[in-house]
Amino acid sequence: MIRERYLNMMVLALLVLVPAYAVLMDEPFTITLATRAVIFALAGVGLNLALGQGGLVSFGHAAYFGMGGYAMGILASHAQNYEPLMEVPFVIEGTNSMPVIWLVAIVASALLALLIGALSLRTTGVYFIMVTLAFGQMFYYFTISWPAYGGEDGLSIYVRNQFPGLNTLDPIQFYGICFVLLLAVLYGVNRLNKSPFGLALNGAHQNEERALTVGINVYRLRLVAFVISGAITGLAGALFADLNRFVSPTMFSWGVSGEIMIFIILGGVARLFGPVVGAAVYIMLEHFLGGLSEYWFIYLGVILLFVVLFAKGGIIGGLSKKETRHAG
Amino acid sequence: MTTILLIEQVLNGLQFGVMLFLMAAGLTLIFGVMGLINLAHGSLYMIGAFAAAAVAAWTGNFLLALMASLIVAAIAGAIIELTVIRRLYDRDHLDQVLATFALILIFSEATRWVFGSFPLFLNIPDALKGTIILPGGIEYSLYRLTIILIGLAVAVGLFLLISKTRVGMRIRAGENDREMIGALGVDISVLYTMVFALGAALAGLSGALVGAIQSVEVGMGEPVLILAFVVIVIGGIGSIKGALAGAILVGLTDTLGRTMLPVIFGTFMEASSATTVGSALASMLIYILMAGVLLFKPTGLFGKA
Repeated sequence: MIRERYLNMMVLALLVLVPAYAVLMDEPFTITLATRAVIFALAGVGLNLALGQGGLVSFGHAAYFGMGGYAMGILASHAQNYEPLMEVPFVIEGTNSMPVIWLVAIVASALLALLIGALSLRTTGVYFIMVTLAFGQMFYYFTISWPAYGGEDGLSIYVRNQFPGLNTLDPIQFYGICFVLLLAVLYGVNRLNKSPFGLALNGAHQNEERALTVGINVYRLRLVAFVISGAITGLAGALFADLNRFVSPTMFSWGVSGEIMIFIILGGVARLFGPVVGAAVYIMLEHFLGGLSEYWFIYLGVILLFVVLFAKGGIIGGLSKKETRHAG
Repeated sequence: MTTILLIEQVLNGLQFGVMLFLMAAGLTLIFGVMGLINLAHGSLYMIGAFAAAAVAAWTGNFLLALMASLIVAAIAGAIIELTVIRRLYDRDHLDQVLATFALILIFSEATRWVFGSFPLFLNIPDALKGTIILPGGIEYSLYRLTIILIGLAVAVGLFLLISKTRVGMRIRAGENDREMIGALGVDISVLYTMVFALGAALAGLSGALVGAIQSVEVGMGEPVLILAFVVIVIGGIGSIKGALAGAILVGLTDTLGRTMLPVIFGTFMEASSATTVGSALASMLIYILMAGVLLFKPTGLFGKA
């Protein structure tokens, strides 16, 4: 049994050491796996803010993941074909600059989360789960039936986007970008959780009536949390698209929403590093079980079932001493 | 667009709606009585379709195939209720979602393992092939008409079961007060298993009936599951009446939207972009409908406030 804090430190150390080892051994594939884990972790950290802290079980976070992905895909494809995005009333050019793409991805997915959140948060409980799932699926079908950006086939980007001063095609440098972004977001979310905003959010999760009674506008509080959550997941989507240099409607599919949730439950709900541990373990399972059997989802299903039924608190909950309770 | 084509599309919408009702009825019943959100309902739909395809290939008898879909799905439902689902009744919705999501993964991959990745085909029986002339000279597929009739018959049967029989009385009592009917000596766990198996059987039947029109493949259940969620959100959770109204509404909106919207846009746009915009919008139409219902009635058309 270890303190959660030290456990988190160890996780961070591993996220530095494993890629460093891979560089020394010249194993670029391991770096790609680690990059996937870090990006998935980022998406999970986004959802965990809404789901863990806020108790908002969103089953539609693929919408923001996909939105971030398509923000990257659309901007980069226009830059690649030298076609402006729009010409009237003023010209907007495509871009292959990562920071600009991130900004657009964050803003676009935040706006989408504002729209979906404003509608979905009118409902609670099971309705909320179904409604977020349905809205997520709406974008899946929309991207399939909208032919301008590849439709069902998706959109390939031939060169990875640029970051000033770095060679983004070098796996370890791209990993570094993703890792630093994850650190920055973890720091921000940690500060947010301890701020009056985060405490109020958690308080409204534990007891909504009490939060309302002390004069907290719970709807607005949750909406803000939902928007921030969507924006973080959108950023992860843009990175994921850049990693694969490919976007497709699959990024919007409900299975992605489910996967992001799995990261959180495997690692531990409402724990800062829960999604990080969960995503890393998920990638390892995918790699090793996927190598053992074509049907590795069966094993994943059994493991997930076991964790949900018998091991609440996930991996961090099982390993760390201090129990941070989350209300049911 | 001609009137005949329009009526044909209305019938297609009705057929789609009736199929959605079979899914949504089980989901809403299970939620109403046990308070459980069951994502694996789509898997039961798939299991029904595969059972029917396997039995049809083996015996060549469509009626036997339908029976098999009902029985196999009900048995599968009872098994997962006894082993997994009953541990979830007291859990929060997040646990229910994740555990039933895990069941989807297990069922889908297991089916892929047994039957392979290629779609199976379930043929429409010879007696139901071809078309029938309806009053007014409308030619319509006999099989689709049969589906509508079967669906409506199931709806009537379900209403009678719930409003007139002793089991139905217990189900309604279970929706109102679980502890009380337990205290009155009803074996609540048997009741739960029965309700779950009933919902599963309806999903399986729906899968088998649709399987004869579309292909039977792994992953066929989840799109229908999500549509059934839309139906329930529109109709109101726990209400069979709401499920029927929502299902018909969603079925008609989707089918008519797909045929009409490109035509409507064509009246003021050039043909190719009208098709693009029209069909893209049509794919979102039922979700827009859901958003509209949420704006005015967040608990659905027939939901309790």
